[in-house]
Amino acid sequence: MTAAVLPRRRLRPGRIAASAVAVLVALAWVFPVHWMVNSSLLPNTVLTSTTPRFLPVGGSFDNFIAVINQGTFWPALGMSTAITLTTVVFCLLFAFLAALAISRFRFRGRASFVLTVLFIQMLPAEGLFIAQYKLMSSLNLLNSVIGVSILYIAAVVPFTIWMLRGFVAGVPIELEEAAMVDGLSRTQAFFRITLPLLAPGLVASGVYAFLQAWNEFTIALVILQKEEYRTLPLWLRGFVQASATRATDWGQVMAASTLVAVPVIVFFLIVQGRLTSGLVAGAVKG
Amino acid sequence: MTAMSAPTAPQAHPDSPGQPEPQSSRRRRGAAVPYALLVPAVAILVLALGYPMLWQTWTSFLQFGLAQQFGKPPTFVGLTNYTRLFSDPQTWAVVGRSIAFCLVNAAITVVLGVLIALLMNAVGTVTRLVLQVAMLLAWAMPVIASMTVWIWVFDWRRGIVNWGLTQLGLDFTNHNWLEQPLSFYFVATVIVVWMSVPFVAFSVYAALTQISDEVMEAAALDGATPRQRFFAIIMPMIRPVLMIVTLLQVIWDLRVFAQIKMLQDAGAPTASTDLLGTYIYRLGVGSSDFGMASALSIFVLILTVALSFFYVVHLMKEDS
Repeated sequence: MTAAVLPRRRLRPGRIAASAVAVLVALAWVFPVHWMVNSSLLPNTVLTSTTPRFLPVGGSFDNFIAVINQGTFWPALGMSTAITLTTVVFCLLFAFLAALAISRFRFRGRASFVLTVLFIQMLPAEGLFIAQYKLMSSLNLLNSVIGVSILYIAAVVPFTIWMLRGFVAGVPIELEEAAMVDGLSRTQAFFRITLPLLAPGLVASGVYAFLQAWNEFTIALVILQKEEYRTLPLWLRGFVQASATRATDWGQVMAASTLVAVPVIVFFLIVQGRLTSGLVAGAVKG
Repeated sequence: MTAMSAPTAPQAHPDSPGQPEPQSSRRRRGAAVPYALLVPAVAILVLALGYPMLWQTWTSFLQFGLAQQFGKPPTFVGLTNYTRLFSDPQTWAVVGRSIAFCLVNAAITVVLGVLIALLMNAVGTVTRLVLQVAMLLAWAMPVIASMTVWIWVFDWRRGIVNWGLTQLGLDFTNHNWLEQPLSFYFVATVIVVWMSVPFVAFSVYAALTQISDEVMEAAALDGATPRQRFFAIIMPMIRPVLMIVTLLQVIWDLRVFAQIKMLQDAGAPTASTDLLGTYIYRLGVGSSDFGMASALSIFVLILTVALSFFYVVHLMKEDS
């Protein structure tokens, strides 16, 4: 892993300086995350005092309790969960079928399909959300789980196809064929041999879809305009909007942020090894 | 969708050689199978992206404003929306600001990312781990949660930044960072760079680990200075990664809707701080001028597709 250092383990001044800078950079990058958790544990009286408290000494979970009992948290969590689950399930299903098609078959239009998928995954929500809003309003799907989920699936499916294609192509077809020679039907061979080998790919793609749907803001903002139908990111935005006009209980806002962020961070850290190694494989080959 | 979405799929073994045989037999047996497998994905893409794109293209040639919202049939006006749009100085201000913001942010992100990757490469295992964990935490944070924290950090009443600067002897008591466009963009840049650097740092670090120790040792023995080693060996070796990462950064920094919208919601004036995304939002959702909003959206799409072209070509090359 480490490269390019000659006689190692000799503490040269340059190395010590580099380590010092590295620690400072790490502190700078982790500070906002620390500040979020720290503020979420402190009462408003401490946060409004003139000297900030950098560690949550004498902190409590009161802010979390207040936020959860506020009544708006559970509906938002419900919306986010429903939309995210719908997106993950359908996205995986659709992307998996498409990935099978493009990595197991040669057919006319394959190359142009792959090309289209790659371009589509680059399209910004900002360039389409007005039209998508009109579409959902004409289908009477504004402020609905289905409306947002349709848009999310379409937004996430292209990259998921591309990601799964790599995993499917990584399972050699000879394996399946060997199983068939040994007497399994094509369907059996697929379910007994190929699918288990694809499990890591499906998990990685599923987590990717989860993170995208859970964190999405732009489309949700346009489609879910009624307060009862807010997802968690829109619910968080509500606190920031309120802070523009009146004094805010930042402890509660940070508790709300922490509630939204923690599941994401946990998931991200679990899969990050796979995500970055995928990224590395893709990028380094160059 | 967000800057987090970086990873490229694990590279497949190139699936071309050695395969034509089973495929040709398969093609005869079930020519319709691959198409059937594509149906669900294509259907949802056509519904959620294809149709809106067509509608948007068509609407960009229509007079489609508030009156049309209430039932008046839209009239075809040709390129009027486009000429109106691009003769409006406000549009050029927004486009100019967006491009400037995007280039400045991408440049700072890539430079910092490379420096941090070099740092990861230069320090010992424990320090590197500390740095990587910090980077990962920042990378993992949901955009909206990050925005609320940063807005609190820069809060004009009790934000930690104002407190810190005041402690240093500068009077920043009750200084509102979001009021003036320049300091608004400064805050936005800090946030966007903070959230984008980890991706660049990890990608470049991965490329750095591929450079063999022998090459670097040989260069050092031959008397190359660190500077020479960087420009003559490291840079050429990480160039492919660097180009892709820079391109992605530029594309992603054009679409900073969530970040700008949240900062505006926290109390910034919108007209002087709008970038492309928030401006389209205001035209479409705010003033229901769907003709103009569509025209500007088409412009954004064309810009993105043009920029994405090289990235897609690169991915296709890897695929075959």
